[in-house]
Amino acid sequence: MRELGQRWRRPFHGSLAVLCLLIPVVVPNDYVMGVIARICLYAVLALGLNIVVGFAGLLDLGYVAFFGIGSYVYAFLASPQFGLHLPFIVALPIVILATAISGILIGAPTLRLRGDYLAIVTLGFGEITYIMLINLDRPINITGGPSGIIRIDPPSFLGFALERNDQYYYLFLLLLGLALLASKRLRDSRIGWAWQAIREDELAAQAMGVNTTRAKLQAFAMGASFAGIGGSLLASWQRSVFPDNFLFTESVNILAMVILGGMGNLLAVILGAAVIVALPEIFRDFQLYRLFAFGLMLMVLMIFRPNGLMSFEAKPPREEAEPQGELAAEPDPGASSR
Amino acid sequence: MADLLSILPQQLVFGVTLGMVYGLIALGYTMVYGVLFMINFAHGDVFMIGAYMGWAVLVAVIDAKVMPINPLLVVPLMMLPAMLFAGVIGLGLERLAYRPLYLRGATRLGPLISAIGASIFLQNSVMLTEGARMKVLATYRVFPRDWRFDILGVNVSVLVLVIAGIAGIMMWGLNALVQRTTLGRSMRAVAEDREIAAVMGVNVWGVVATTFFVGSALGGAAGVLVGLYYTQIDFFMGYSAGLKAFTAAVLGGIGNIRGAMLGGLILGIVESLASTLINPAFKDAISFAVLILVLVFRPGGILGEALPDWKRV
Repeated sequence: MRELGQRWRRPFHGSLAVLCLLIPVVVPNDYVMGVIARICLYAVLALGLNIVVGFAGLLDLGYVAFFGIGSYVYAFLASPQFGLHLPFIVALPIVILATAISGILIGAPTLRLRGDYLAIVTLGFGEITYIMLINLDRPINITGGPSGIIRIDPPSFLGFALERNDQYYYLFLLLLGLALLASKRLRDSRIGWAWQAIREDELAAQAMGVNTTRAKLQAFAMGASFAGIGGSLLASWQRSVFPDNFLFTESVNILAMVILGGMGNLLAVILGAAVIVALPEIFRDFQLYRLFAFGLMLMVLMIFRPNGLMSFEAKPPREEAEPQGELAAEPDPGASSR
Repeated sequence: MADLLSILPQQLVFGVTLGMVYGLIALGYTMVYGVLFMINFAHGDVFMIGAYMGWAVLVAVIDAKVMPINPLLVVPLMMLPAMLFAGVIGLGLERLAYRPLYLRGATRLGPLISAIGASIFLQNSVMLTEGARMKVLATYRVFPRDWRFDILGVNVSVLVLVIAGIAGIMMWGLNALVQRTTLGRSMRAVAEDREIAAVMGVNVWGVVATTFFVGSALGGAAGVLVGLYYTQIDFFMGYSAGLKAFTAAVLGGIGNIRGAMLGGLILGIVESLASTLINPAFKDAISFAVLILVLVFRPGGILGEALPDWKRV
C-alpha cells in the first residue's frame, strides 16, 4: 500500500499543483476565488501551527495571538495609522521578524510547562493579546481600539497594485507554496528531527543531546513567523484589521484544521484548512444552521476518523522509531513476513 | 484613596461570590480531567444550558401565578430541572462525542476537537430554539431589591449570600461524595489508573459517565446561580464563563477538586480587585497574567501534584 503511495506521490502532487494554478481560469468566479484564497491563507496559518503542535507536540491554544500581532504590525507599516507606506516586499520580512520575536517572548516563560498547562498559558497569552489590541487606543492611539485600523495599502509590486480576488489568489497560492516547501524542509532537517524527538519523548530527546530549550523556542518562533505571513496576507487583503478578527475561536479553528486533517502530515493539514473554511460556506444557504451543522460535522468526523481525515497515511508514532521504512524499501519478501 | 478603601470590602464580597461560582463550574472541568485526562470544552455550554433551564422555569412560575414567589420554593424549583437537564446533556456528550473516540483509540487531541464541535453544536442549538437575543430573568420578583443589609459596613444582598451558600454546600457535598463513598473511591481509582481500576472490578465507563453527569449537573446549577445574579443570559455566555472556570481549574491544579474551589476563589478575587484598582477593561488580561505567573513558578498549579508523563497531552 505504501509502495503504491510512493510511486503515485509525485504525479499526484504535481497534478494537484497544476489544478490549483488553473482554478482561476476554469472557475473565474469572484466568490469562489475569495473562498479559495481564504483556504490558502488559513492553510499557511495551519502549517505554522502544525510546526508547534504537529512537529514539536506543544499544544498551543493561543496561536491567534501571532496572527493578530502579524496583521497589526503589517497594518502599522502600510497604512495612514503612522503614516508609513512600506511596500509589501519590504514589510513582509519585518512582520515575519516581529512575529518570530513575539513567538520567542511568549514561548520563553512556557518552556517548563507541558500538555494542558502549556495549552492554558498560551490561551491566556491569546486573550491578553486580544485585550491589548482592543484597549491600546488610549492614552496613545496605537491599535485604533475596537474600530481597528483601516485603509491599509494593498500589496503592490513595482507599482502594480493587486485589486481582484484572482490576483490575490495567486499571491496567496505562492506564499502557501513557499510555506509548504519551508514546512517540508524543516520537517526533514536536523531541527525538525529534534522537534519530533521532543514530541515522542522529551526526556529521551534530551538524553540524546537535543537542546530542548532551544528547539522549543525555535518551534515557537518558526510557527509564529508563519502566522506573520498569514497576518500580512489578511491585513493587505481585507485592507483593514479589527481586534475581532483575532478571537479565541480563531485559534480553535486553526487547531481544528491541524487535527482534523491529521497532525504532522502536511497535505492533511491543508486538507483540514480546506474543510474547515469550505464547510460553513457550503452550508451558507442555510445561514442560521451553518454553525450548527459545522459543530455536528466536527463531532461526526472525529468519531469516524479519530486521528484525522488522512490518518491512513500517517504511521502510528511508535512504529516510526523502528527501521520499518528501510526494510519496506528493499525488495526483500522476507522483510514483510517478519 | 479613602474612596478606594471604602469600596474595597464591597468588591471583595463580589469577588468571593464570583469566585464560588467559577469554582462550581471549574469542578466539572477538573472532574472530567481527573478521569479521562481531556479538556471538556463543551462544559461552558452545559453551564449555559443550565442557565436557560432556570430562566424557563422562572418564567413559567411567574406566569402560572399558582404559587407564592418565595425563594425557598422557587430556587430549588429552578435548580433541580436545570441540574438534571445539564447532567443528561453531559451524559449524552460523553456517550456520543467522547467515548466512541476513546474506544477507537484516538490520540489525546481527537476528543478535544470533538468537544469543540460539541460546544459549537450546543451553542447553536440553543440559538436556533431560543433565539439569539438575550433573556432577562426577573430576579427582583424572587429576591426583592431591598433585601440587603450591612455587615461591618459592607452592604450585602440576600441573593449573594444564597449564591455563596448554595455553591459552598455543593462543593462540600461533592467533596464528601468523592472522599467518603464507594462511588467516589471508584472515581479516584479510575483517575489513578484506568486499567488497574478495571482489573479490580470497577465499571470504568460507568464511573466516567457518572462523573460527567455529576460535573455537568454542578455546571447547570452554576448556570442558574449566574442567571439569577446577572439577570441576563445569552447563548454565548458559556464561552467566557467556561474559559474563566477552566483557568480556575488549572490555577488550583487540574484534576484536584479542592484546587478547583481554591482556584475559583482566587480568580474571582483577583478579577474584582483588578477592576477596582487598575482598570475594568484589563481585568481579564490581569487574571490571565496571574495564571501565567503562578504556572511559571509552580507549573502544576497551586494544589496540583506533578502529573506523570502519560497523563499529559
